[in-house]
Amino acid sequence: MASDSTHLSHNHHVQPVGMYMKVFGALVVLMVATIAVAQVEALKEYSLLNNFIAMGIAVTKATLVVLFFMGVKFSSALTKIFVLLGFSWFFMLFFMFCDYFTRSWEPVPGWTGTSQETAMPRENRWSEGFDRLK
Amino acid sequence: MATEAAHGHDQQWLVHHQYEDYEQQSESYIVGMWAFLVTEIMFFGALFLAYVLYRWQYQPEFYLIHKDLDWVMGGINTTVLLFSSLAVALAVRCAMLQDRKGVLGWLTVTQLCAAGFLVIKYFEWSHKYHKGVWLGEGFKWGEGVTKYAQDVSANTAQLFYSLYYCMTGLHGFHVVIGIIVIGILMRMWFKNNPLVTKDYVPTELVGLYWHFVDLVWIFLYPLFYLMPR
Amino acid sequence: MSAVDIRTEEAPRHAPQPSYLQNGHTIKSWLLTGDHKRIAILYLISTGFFFFLGSIAAGAIRWQLTSPRGELMTLEVYNKMFSAHGVIMVFMFLVPTIPAVLGNFLVPIMIGARDLAFPRLNLASWYMYMVGGVLILVAMAMGGVDTGWTFYTPYSSIYSSSQVSLTLVGAFIVGFSSIFTGLNFIVTIHKMRAPGMTWDRLPLYIWSHYATSIIIILATPVVAITLLCVVLERAFRIGIFSPELGGDPVLFQHLFWFYSHPAVYIMVLPGMGIISELMSAFSRKPVFGYKFIAGSSLAIAAIGFLVWGHHMFVSSQSMYQGLVFSLLSFVVAVPSAIKVFNWTATMWKGSVRLQTPMIYALCFMGLFVVGGLTGLYLSTLATDVHLTATYFVVAHFHYVMVGGTILAYLGGLHFWWPKMTGRMYPDSWGKLSAIIIFVGFNLTFFPQFILGFLGMPRRYATYALAPQFQFYHILSTAGATVLGIGFLIPLFYLSWSLKHGPKAGKNPWGAKGLEWTVDSPPITTNFYETPIVDRPVYDYDPEEEERQFQIELDAEREMREKLAATRGGQD
Repeated sequence: MASDSTHLSHNHHVQPVGMYMKVFGALVVLMVATIAVAQVEALKEYSLLNNFIAMGIAVTKATLVVLFFMGVKFSSALTKIFVLLGFSWFFMLFFMFCDYFTRSWEPVPGWTGTSQETAMPRENRWSEGFDRLK
Repeated sequence: MATEAAHGHDQQWLVHHQYEDYEQQSESYIVGMWAFLVTEIMFFGALFLAYVLYRWQYQPEFYLIHKDLDWVMGGINTTVLLFSSLAVALAVRCAMLQDRKGVLGWLTVTQLCAAGFLVIKYFEWSHKYHKGVWLGEGFKWGEGVTKYAQDVSANTAQLFYSLYYCMTGLHGFHVVIGIIVIGILMRMWFKNNPLVTKDYVPTELVGLYWHFVDLVWIFLYPLFYLMPR
Repeated sequence: MSAVDIRTEEAPRHAPQPSYLQNGHTIKSWLLTGDHKRIAILYLISTGFFFFLGSIAAGAIRWQLTSPRGELMTLEVYNKMFSAHGVIMVFMFLVPTIPAVLGNFLVPIMIGARDLAFPRLNLASWYMYMVGGVLILVAMAMGGVDTGWTFYTPYSSIYSSSQVSLTLVGAFIVGFSSIFTGLNFIVTIHKMRAPGMTWDRLPLYIWSHYATSIIIILATPVVAITLLCVVLERAFRIGIFSPELGGDPVLFQHLFWFYSHPAVYIMVLPGMGIISELMSAFSRKPVFGYKFIAGSSLAIAAIGFLVWGHHMFVSSQSMYQGLVFSLLSFVVAVPSAIKVFNWTATMWKGSVRLQTPMIYALCFMGLFVVGGLTGLYLSTLATDVHLTATYFVVAHFHYVMVGGTILAYLGGLHFWWPKMTGRMYPDSWGKLSAIIIFVGFNLTFFPQFILGFLGMPRRYATYALAPQFQFYHILSTAGATVLGIGFLIPLFYLSWSLKHGPKAGKNPWGAKGLEWTVDSPPITTNFYETPIVDRPVYDYDPEEEERQFQIELDAEREMREKLAATRGGQD
């Protein structure tokens, strides 16, 4: 068809101001939440959990902006597909981590520690944590 | 709740020759803009990937270095950008209703927020610059940074700041482009150009771009300013 | 040719309009045009120019390699020469050429639109292309790059003292030109189709351009920012790819190939689309397995994103990832094979007419199969360790890029030339050039398989320690000369045809498709009124076509017998 949307129609509805205000309020609350979580001393040791919380909040905020401010919730199926495509394809990049996660599995003959301080090490240093800084 | 906008089929004169009707044209513009934003996501994506890689590799160092960034300043900037996003959303709403004063008012608010964002960013960057924490050979590390951060080797600190400057810099560049584009749009509204007053789509496209700028910052803020241990 | 669309025979209901070539004669009317067909012509000329430059660099490389000591140029100049060849051919020719020339010209016409969705963006894309191209040329005039077209760090970011930054900025800008084209195609194909042009009536050419555009918009930005990071690395030492500061140079390879492997499909998918059209048009049969070919284009686009690591088997990436990438690289061969089998099946029991475009298409099939299958050697982990960075790789990707993309491009150009210019070219010259290119190509690149297998590394300016390679190098250079002549012949007869060629008419090949229902050359808005598509795609009736074909063949045989008889009488 000339346009899939002629029939779905482009009847963009003007949303009430209240909706925008509510979304903005939610965004500010979420921002305060993410700052607050970052300040809680008890949580600071749990790096992974903390990252998940921070990113979870950021994704929620982003979703709110995309759905309401950018109006994707009210737009055509095609627009929705493109939005999904863009955000999901971004994660395709992280396929790269198959490499970085498994580099430490293989013993490399002749690998000595001399250059580890300068070059990107093959071994994962995440587990060493803060010990190596002492 | 929602009211139907005052657009009918009287807009044929707005339609470029390659389109059949107004619906097709505006839908094409919006899909096109989203396709462009998809490329923007991938554009920033590579930098986010680099960030995740080095954060994963140097998490303890990065944690200590990040204490040198001022999360209050970042927080203010986040609020400013979120508010500008709201202002643009309301401006687009006014454009749908063909409310010229409303559009101009909200776009002015957006411009002020954008300028405010850049001013705060400028203070952050220049503060670092004067301490010698800058890109390039002259990178200095140790003096004037928080005492935790001093434990970290200058090389890793430089890597962290490279990512910081690249990502916030690229974002800042997008803010500048946004200011220019919104400026052009405001001028058109100000001059009562029928291309924008009779057709809400151009305003909507600029709005989409601006929201995207906001989106990037929503991720940059927790990643750089609120790093957990 | 009898198979004429019924609609074309109706009396025109509109006053004739000037063709797109006649609509405005000033230079300004070309440089500020929004017409997709004129922009296609601008691209045709500019990509042709860059192809010429790239070929000269290739010639210099081949000349150098005729002697083991390489007396023609210094090692440094040689490095710059093969880098120039790679950069120009990849960024300035292979990536843009088919989408920007034939795609630009045909995508709107084939789906029944008056123009692309964003004509000004299309023009901007050409200007970006030219600006990027000029920057790359300026960089070459100022000394050139010696990094190869892959710009591997840390050599490109720290050590090379050649014009890397300027070249990278040029490539960055050209990348945006290609993004604009892809974006335009996506929106156009989604939103601008004529009434009745449903997704299952889209020509396969459109499907492959759609898949290409998806790859372009998803992959190109990644390499753009990566190249920008290398520029920043050179300017500021930012360290993202620098081991000095704890960065990882292999990350550059990851990000680079995240684009550049899908880019291989950007180059070859549109070519595959052309071949689908040619196979159907010259066999007078619907394409066999339409859905499979359309689906395989999308499958290639998707899986093609997950195989980049096979360029990096020996780059110190994790061998476990190597395993995964090796497996996925085998998987991506499947959709390509589906296409080849379906094209072959399309010809089966068809009324195959061996006209110029079809000869090109058949050459494509042969060369692409060799190129594709040798790819399997390279995606096998163990053999790749032996073959990587040798002439085997060079031969492999030239079989795909030249044998695949360029032959498909030439085939498409010959197929749609009458549509673009309104004139026919001499068919016998066309066939001759196709055969010369085929022979020259094999002579150039087949010896390189052997060379690579014997261990000749790519990018080496000399091979004084292995003078026994000289035989193959000389064969290859001789082949390159033949190939060069083969490429020049079309230039002459196609230019000749512009003035002196017989008028082509709407449908010189008797092919189906909306583009054959419009004037040759088309009017600026392509159609006098929006067409309504009421029939399936490739709507050939093979039995009727075969009957017609027999009549033609009989007539031809009779003519030949008559000629023979008269000649015999004279003797």
